[in-house]
Amino acid sequence: MTMQSLYLLVPLAPLVGAIAVGLFGKSLGRAWSHRTTIALVAVSFFASLAIFNDVQAGNVYNGSVYTWLTSGDTSFQVGFLIDKLTVTMMLVVTFVSLMVHIYTIGYMQEDPGYQRFFSYISLFTFSMLMLVMANNFMQLFFGWEAVGLVSYLLIGFWYNRETAIYANLKAFLVNRVGDFGFLLGIALVLMVFGTLQYDAVFANAANHANDIAPIPCVSWNLISAICILLFIGAMGKSAQFPLHVWLPDSMEGPTPISALIHAATMVTAGIFMVARMSPLFELSETALSFVMVIGAITALFMGFLGIIQNDIKRVVAYSTLSQLGYMTVALGASAYSVAIFHLMTHAFFKALLFLAAGSVIIAMHHDQDIRNMGGLKKYMPITWITSLIGSLALIGTPFFSGFYSKDSIIEAVALSNLPGSGFAYFAVVAGVFVTAFYSFRMYFLVFHGKERFHHPKPTHDHEGGKEDDGHAHHHGNPHETPWVVTLPLILLAIPSVIIGFIAIEPMLYGGYFGDSIFISEHHHALHEMQQEFHGAFAMVLHSLTSLPLWLAIAGVASSAFFYLKRPDIPAAIQKRFRFIYTLLDNKYYFDRFNDWFFAGGARGTSRLLWKFGDVKLIDGLMVNGSAKLVGMFSGAVRHLQSGYIYHYAFSMIIGVFVLLTARNWFE
Amino acid sequence: MIFGLPVISVAIWLPIIFGILVLATGDDKNAPLARILALVGSILGFLVTIPLYTGFAHDTSQMQFVELHNWIARFNIHYHLGVDGISVLFILLTSFFTPIVVLAGWQVIEKRVAQYMAAFLIMSGVMIGVFAALDAILFYVFWEAMLIPMFLIIGIWGGQNRVYAAVKFFLYTLLGSLLMLVALIYLYNQSGGSFSILDFHHVALPMSAQVLIFIAFFFAFAVKVPMFPVHTWLPDAHVEAPTGGSVILAAIMLKVGAYGFLRFSLPIVPDASHKLAGMMIALSLIAVVYIGLVALIQSDMKKLVAYSSISHMGFVTLGIFIFNAYGMEGALLQMISHGFVSGALFLCVGVLYDRMHSRNIADYGGVANRMPVFAAFFMLFAMANSGLPGTSGFVGEFTVILGAMKANFWYAFAAATTLVFGAAYTLWMYKRVIFGAVANPHVAELTDMNLREKTIFTILAITVLGMGLYPLPFSEIMHASVNDLLVHVAHSKLP
Repeated sequence: MTMQSLYLLVPLAPLVGAIAVGLFGKSLGRAWSHRTTIALVAVSFFASLAIFNDVQAGNVYNGSVYTWLTSGDTSFQVGFLIDKLTVTMMLVVTFVSLMVHIYTIGYMQEDPGYQRFFSYISLFTFSMLMLVMANNFMQLFFGWEAVGLVSYLLIGFWYNRETAIYANLKAFLVNRVGDFGFLLGIALVLMVFGTLQYDAVFANAANHANDIAPIPCVSWNLISAICILLFIGAMGKSAQFPLHVWLPDSMEGPTPISALIHAATMVTAGIFMVARMSPLFELSETALSFVMVIGAITALFMGFLGIIQNDIKRVVAYSTLSQLGYMTVALGASAYSVAIFHLMTHAFFKALLFLAAGSVIIAMHHDQDIRNMGGLKKYMPITWITSLIGSLALIGTPFFSGFYSKDSIIEAVALSNLPGSGFAYFAVVAGVFVTAFYSFRMYFLVFHGKERFHHPKPTHDHEGGKEDDGHAHHHGNPHETPWVVTLPLILLAIPSVIIGFIAIEPMLYGGYFGDSIFISEHHHALHEMQQEFHGAFAMVLHSLTSLPLWLAIAGVASSAFFYLKRPDIPAAIQKRFRFIYTLLDNKYYFDRFNDWFFAGGARGTSRLLWKFGDVKLIDGLMVNGSAKLVGMFSGAVRHLQSGYIYHYAFSMIIGVFVLLTARNWFE
Repeated sequence: MIFGLPVISVAIWLPIIFGILVLATGDDKNAPLARILALVGSILGFLVTIPLYTGFAHDTSQMQFVELHNWIARFNIHYHLGVDGISVLFILLTSFFTPIVVLAGWQVIEKRVAQYMAAFLIMSGVMIGVFAALDAILFYVFWEAMLIPMFLIIGIWGGQNRVYAAVKFFLYTLLGSLLMLVALIYLYNQSGGSFSILDFHHVALPMSAQVLIFIAFFFAFAVKVPMFPVHTWLPDAHVEAPTGGSVILAAIMLKVGAYGFLRFSLPIVPDASHKLAGMMIALSLIAVVYIGLVALIQSDMKKLVAYSSISHMGFVTLGIFIFNAYGMEGALLQMISHGFVSGALFLCVGVLYDRMHSRNIADYGGVANRMPVFAAFFMLFAMANSGLPGTSGFVGEFTVILGAMKANFWYAFAAATTLVFGAAYTLWMYKRVIFGAVANPHVAELTDMNLREKTIFTILAITVLGMGLYPLPFSEIMHASVNDLLVHVAHSKLP
């Protein structure tokens, strides 16, 4: 098999699975549906592995599959760019997807939409692969929107629930706001460069570095304008402030997709995109600064929200937001490889944390409130250990994967000298404490302390429409979930521990990414880090004397103190600082503002335009008005046709007289 | 040639002859025969247009499949037909939709079946005539003839308020047509006694005359598109029309307006077109933004889709009047795609209406529980309406936005708001109708689509996806003609 057909196989295998199960799921039955899709995603994963080996050997591929459209003098292609960056993403996507496929067998076991679910997640895998494998902006946009579609379908998977279908509409629309900027950025690229192929655009980018954007009425730098427009797209997809509002609500979807789409892969598309566009972003310090500040705001302020959540999935969701902020900050610091490195480690440990949360949710009969849990480590040893591993990786414990990627981000920001890097440094360092605190707050509340699930408080049920009555009677003790659930946990826990230690040296300092990432010589953060790097082990030793590690320890210690030793203190604090709590509880009032201003505003404006513009002005005044006018006029004229000869004779005489006068007048 | 007969004439007259045959079946006793005859006629009507695509030469902008005969020698009027890259796809679109509307009305229409089917067949032939006519008078005859079957379809098989809607539709469009006739006669005089549209393309005209002609054409074509502010007949006509009528209205009849701009306004009065392009672009962008917003709060599904139609047609007129290849080809692609998508959406509403006899969004909710297959199809078409890449809806919008960006960043900015508004009104409706728990006992009794409906929707779904994933066959056929038109428009015709 040639490499080219292998490239095609990677995205097409899951697509075939999605179509087969989507159309014939009923006749295939449950077992054959999951067998088909899992086998095909596994094919995709192993093909990606083979391609990885080939790319390691130095083969880069950039070619088109077919011409999608020609218009004007531009030809739009569908094609693949296979380099180190692409293949890294392909491996992450197919591996996590495979794990989630297997896990789904257990998680969705009793759901009537079983086949539909498998079809969707396979379709997602296809879309995501098209996104990362694209060699041009058009196909990137295709993948970009297609993953958005599947995310929409999956958030609203349980379409009988009002909250779910509210959340999926919101997710789609907020993403569309980002895509609005993204599409304009793409159009601007085409207009300036005359092509949408990556290689041609990147090769030419430096020639336009000082151009003014062809935008009437303003004089912006061209590359800055393009980069910021493209990044607006990333803000939607990767849930960066202020377009982050959709991600917490997306937790209405089933847990496997929270892991796959809303933690490990789709939400990192924005990070990947910016890294892919590094030849453009490197030319604009304005854009990089913008990226860094947005990332820093997201990293810190979304972390705060994680502290007060009581829904197990929402804690993880806010942690995802915050970690995406970290990646974005790294992009702003021109440390693209670090961002991708964190993307990879995060994909493993965050997928692990979500799937572990799902495992807990199964054991709790779909109750998601962590206040009703506690002491679960006794009953669910595998879930417990893997959760602990995930949490330790997340907070940056030495030797765990998250340690290497997060510490590298902090170092890169420290070395950056762009405007806003001071704030960003503060945000990512303070974020370490916050992350440690909320992660272990959740961990302690779920797995340690008193067993609170025997006397559940009345709670709002979030998951499993049909299991509504399930959690009301918790017969017996919770028990470990079946192997299809725990196997993915174990398989994800392994890379969560070791991948950082193994990959940091080649990925960050060994020139792994080669030409797929471009860094301008003015941005030397990564270069300086390389000078100071003396191996993965030395990095741990170094961290012992640096602030972040101690902040993480302090975070764990204080959450242990608050939630294990003195659970009365958090309650007291909550009372004492009512104002802050209310602010956080309302998520800084973003949702309410958006509902009122944008949703309400749009509806109000629409109503006004319709009632006044269409109904009153055009139809009322102009259309029916002119009909009335004709009616009135003919009513008046009708009186002239009286039927009396002398009336007509008189009018004729007047008419002749007027005509003659007029004629004389003009002559 | 088909069996020795010229292709275009066959495409026009075959459905009309079948229409007359269907009429001859008489009253509703013979309804089954009328239906079958209509289906056969419409499918044959589609098959005979296929040679227009397969035999089409891509590399020339000349008229092809030309037929030229004397008709009324006294006024130099000819039976003159031909197609180029701009018109050929519309002919195929027209003949493609006729079997679909025949099938759509298969069980639903129970009264005056023969007349109903015949109206669609005859209209199909006449509309093909509009797209193929190269003689101004022949064009005008087809143009006006097209109104009559549609007027009857709305007026006889329409809803409660059908008479108001039919009259509004008729008067609105008639007003414009009469002004067009005046302009055509003026051009006849200026061209030295020719009614050939191709001759009109070469008549030198002073600016004042160009502007007046442009305005006359504008009223004829803008009403049909329809452009803001002469669009208010469309929601009423759609709401009252039976499903098949709405489908043809949205999929084909709106296109003749935009086609008119391309065939008449641009090449005949290029200087006036440039001079007034600012106004046309402004009106188009108002259509995209304003109408997009108006669509948001409609409580009637058909009205919502109708407003969405107007908003999408704004892209067409925008693309035409920014005078570059992306814009113009985008406009053509958008028209084709809009035909498929809006036709499909009206059929979706029709499927629901046939079962519940309500178009009111508030009467629905949770339909997915009862009609999962329908929900899946509806999802696809809703996404196409929101311009999702991979569906046909994306192709035209994307290309027009690229063209708008070339003209002026802010045009593209305003046009791209459709990404948000289009998704908002379509998916919000979808959410309220399809998602949610079963809203009331009527919804609980719904049955999913039958084989006939599934067939129609499968054909449309394949088309929408096919064009979205591989639009090249649609675009390459139009390059030569579009380039020629752009060159033509760039040359001043001032004497």
